[in-house]
Amino acid sequence: MEVLIPILAAAVRSGTPILYATLGEILTERSGVQNLGLEGLMLMGAFMGFSVTHATGNPWLGVVAAFVKGAAISLVHAFLSVSIGANQVVSGLAVAMFGTGASALLGRKMVGLTVTGFGKIPVPVLSGIPVIGPVFFDHDPLVYISYGLAFFLYWFIFHTRPGLNLRAVGESPIVVDAMGLSAARLRYVYTLVGGGLAAVGGSYLSLAYTKMWSEGMSAGRGWIAVALVIFALWNPVRAILGSYLFGGVGAMQLRIQAAGTSFPAPILMMMPYIFTILVLLVISVKKGKGILLGSPGALGVPYSREERT
Amino acid sequence: MKKLILMMLCVSMILGASAASAFEPVAAKDLKIGFVYVGPVGDGGWTYMHDMGRVEMEEAFPGVESFFVESVAEGPDSVRVMETFIRNGAKLVFATSFGYMDFVQEVAAKNPDVIFMHCSGYKSAPNVGNYFGRMYQARYLSGLVAGKMTKKNVIGFVAANPIPEVIRAINSFTQGARKVNPDVKVKVVWLFSWLDPGKEKEATLALIDAGADVIAMHADSGAAPQTAEEAGVYVVGYNNDMSHYAPTMHLTSPVWDWGMAYKYFVGKVIDGTWESSNIWWGLKEGFVGLSPISKVVPDEVVAIVESEKAKIIEGGWDVFYGPVRNQKGEEVVKSGEKMTDEEMLSMNWFVEGVEGEIPK
Repeated sequence: MEVLIPILAAAVRSGTPILYATLGEILTERSGVQNLGLEGLMLMGAFMGFSVTHATGNPWLGVVAAFVKGAAISLVHAFLSVSIGANQVVSGLAVAMFGTGASALLGRKMVGLTVTGFGKIPVPVLSGIPVIGPVFFDHDPLVYISYGLAFFLYWFIFHTRPGLNLRAVGESPIVVDAMGLSAARLRYVYTLVGGGLAAVGGSYLSLAYTKMWSEGMSAGRGWIAVALVIFALWNPVRAILGSYLFGGVGAMQLRIQAAGTSFPAPILMMMPYIFTILVLLVISVKKGKGILLGSPGALGVPYSREERT
Repeated sequence: MKKLILMMLCVSMILGASAASAFEPVAAKDLKIGFVYVGPVGDGGWTYMHDMGRVEMEEAFPGVESFFVESVAEGPDSVRVMETFIRNGAKLVFATSFGYMDFVQEVAAKNPDVIFMHCSGYKSAPNVGNYFGRMYQARYLSGLVAGKMTKKNVIGFVAANPIPEVIRAINSFTQGARKVNPDVKVKVVWLFSWLDPGKEKEATLALIDAGADVIAMHADSGAAPQTAEEAGVYVVGYNNDMSHYAPTMHLTSPVWDWGMAYKYFVGKVIDGTWESSNIWWGLKEGFVGLSPISKVVPDEVVAIVESEKAKIIEGGWDVFYGPVRNQKGEEVVKSGEKMTDEEMLSMNWFVEGVEGEIPK
């Protein structure tokens, strides 16, 4: 058990950026919009967070700036997806590529700099509990916020009226329109918030996880988040499981190497992806019709009030 | 008959062209130089240092124009990039990564009047030369420091990808550490990535949890030094002086001086004295070295480093002179023998004292 504690703590640490992005995308996809640009949003968030924190000395400002930037970039995607009805896959990929390139270009001056960022703040009392303490309560503030966020979103989506509206606009926007709400406005809002959260996940990388900027530093975590949304079946609490699983397998293979066992490392590296494929297979087979269990009915389908599609 | 004469004319023209291996001097203001980078300048590591070298060269030769393309994959796309450089007037092309080797050969064969320099490769041609640094010498020196600073006799090495260059780095570092401390063990963790700050951090923490009290690294960002600083563990950086990532825990970093090499080559091209050769410079020429050693390192250790450095520069001894044993304890290089350059460049086994595997 002793050996597991550092691995579990590492799982939480390295799963947190993915968790933020996954939670954000859950919101976006629940509203019926698919935003594949998470990798680009994470990178822009990492860059924005780092550069604002470096300029002001306040990491919280950096996080806010990252959120705003992520929302701003997602605004373009929202406009294309909701108002124009363009192909959301293409638009999302464009966001990803834009974010990757723009962050690299803008981040040139930031290479080699460091910030103080977020330090670890062990939760008094709770961090003393054996096992659970060091694993969950000995991290930086953004990790604690992510716990609260995941549970809050779970409650929000499944137990509140606005959450019901969110689910409705993702299943059948025509119903939401009939209720008198604007399907388009809801989709805009959730796409912006989702993109902002993905950017916050990126800022975690450059302000808390490692306190530096390096081009491409998200190393594919945004793409993993896209897959994790499906793995989590669009459920914020399951997203926690998925994110920590990914983070944990990654950390585990490094520790296995350090311990000296000769399990082929490339196989361990494949694990997270194999897991996702396995889960996808299982849930697809269960439903039988090839429709993913829990997928918002109108996901990726543009809604146009005039045409009632 | 006509066809035969035509063919013979073509063959003799080709032979004639390739026989002209002397290159005319070029005025600095007419010289355009292309750089092919394997990563982003923003990596703060390998490519960043190359670009610093390029800038230093440009400042030394006013009038010279240089351009670069970043993150060029080590594949057919590099051919396109190099040919674009040539179309834009480049007469000198630097390819800064091993994987460009065959593609450099391909483009060089089609452009015999352009000079190509391939970093870390070994294939040459009349218009292709190779250049690299004996980083293993600087690594050895850094190992001397690390070996003396560890109390638990366990050093962790965060290693990027299992290629001979990295394996050689680990081996030379270990040779240095064990020279001053025969009980030292060097544990290796592979990242399978050149640049992933998050992973570099986790690997560092994994090694610290496995008992390491000094960390060394071969990766492109400063995440490992930063993590070591937070954990209160000594660290040896790489590529660049990493003391700003680890103000109190940084011991030293093996560094490159690409600027020195680029200034030398461009100078030769301008003079018209460039010739194809395989250059592998080390401590003696100043191509590799150590960043300033931290004050926490005792003076007697610094003295050991200086004396070993002098020994290597003098030429009578080098890191992989015998006896050298492998992980199984077998003597791979006997006393009195030394490893050849080829053997060092294709190294794929670990020396005694390294704990870890080389994935096949």
